[in-house]
Amino acid sequence: MKIKTLADLKKIKAEVQEKIKLREQGENAGNIVQVKVAMATCGIASGAKETMSFIIEELDFRGIDAVVTQTGCMGYCYAEPTIEVTLPGKDPVVYGYVDREKARQIIDEYIVKGELVDGIIPVNYKTIDE
Amino acid sequence: MKELSLHILDIVQNSISAESNLIEIVVDESVKNDKYSIAITDNGKGMDNETLQQVTNPFFTSRTTRKVGIGISLLKQNAEQAGGTFTINSKVGEGTTVKAVFQFSNIDRPIMGDIAGTMTLLIGANPNIRFIYNHNTNLGSFEFDTNEVIEELEGIPISHPDIIKALKELINENLEMIEAKLT
Repeated sequence: MKIKTLADLKKIKAEVQEKIKLREQGENAGNIVQVKVAMATCGIASGAKETMSFIIEELDFRGIDAVVTQTGCMGYCYAEPTIEVTLPGKDPVVYGYVDREKARQIIDEYIVKGELVDGIIPVNYKTIDE
Repeated sequence: MKELSLHILDIVQNSISAESNLIEIVVDESVKNDKYSIAITDNGKGMDNETLQQVTNPFFTSRTTRKVGIGISLLKQNAEQAGGTFTINSKVGEGTTVKAVFQFSNIDRPIMGDIAGTMTLLIGANPNIRFIYNHNTNLGSFEFDTNEVIEELEGIPISHPDIIKALKELINENLEMIEAKLT
């Protein structure tokens, strides 16, 4: 079914509601993974939009409870697209040059298994408050 | 930037940093007047005159993480290269309007690109901001307001991936119907 109007949106509401309920009762509830995608001029020009859409779709597809948001430039313009990943109870980690392939690897290995992946930007990194 | 939608994504980030809670994007395609214009209006904190004068300077930014700020300069350059104009107006405490006009038929006018993806990305990441998107062509107009969507959803978060996916489809379907045709 194609969604064309707001009325069409209403039709998928029940389905989404059911999904939300299932997630809330799931064993992972409360363990939310946080991903921030740097979305400034440098990031956008390097493809941060595709990276972000991919991460949102992939995490949803795998049923991983995550909040994917945007942040400003973290100062690593040379390594865009960059993302910051925070696993529950852990310090944030920043990865550079994150295209679809890299993003898939980060999800596979870091987010799912907790193993660090190559490509971390290794400076004393602090999350920026914007 | 290869697509106008990426410029929009970029400029809207400025509106978000300016603490806006209402961002309006209006695209007017006029084959008749040979114009393709994009206007982005926010109700953020705005800029004083001094800042406004500096804003198209690529070596000016309010950021502290780096010393250049080229988002606005790039859009200005792109518009002017495509036979168009660029204006920016702002008032402290009221908000800012950025307007870029391109010559419709100019070969250097970038394509709009994935505007539905841009809009839904912005909506998903900023569910507390009201986005209004308005697109007019010679075949009709499309109006989209996240307030109306939120009302329709009755409590389901607008940022849910399934809703985002549906909204993307909704925007694409509607834009396809009014796609400007050169007659």
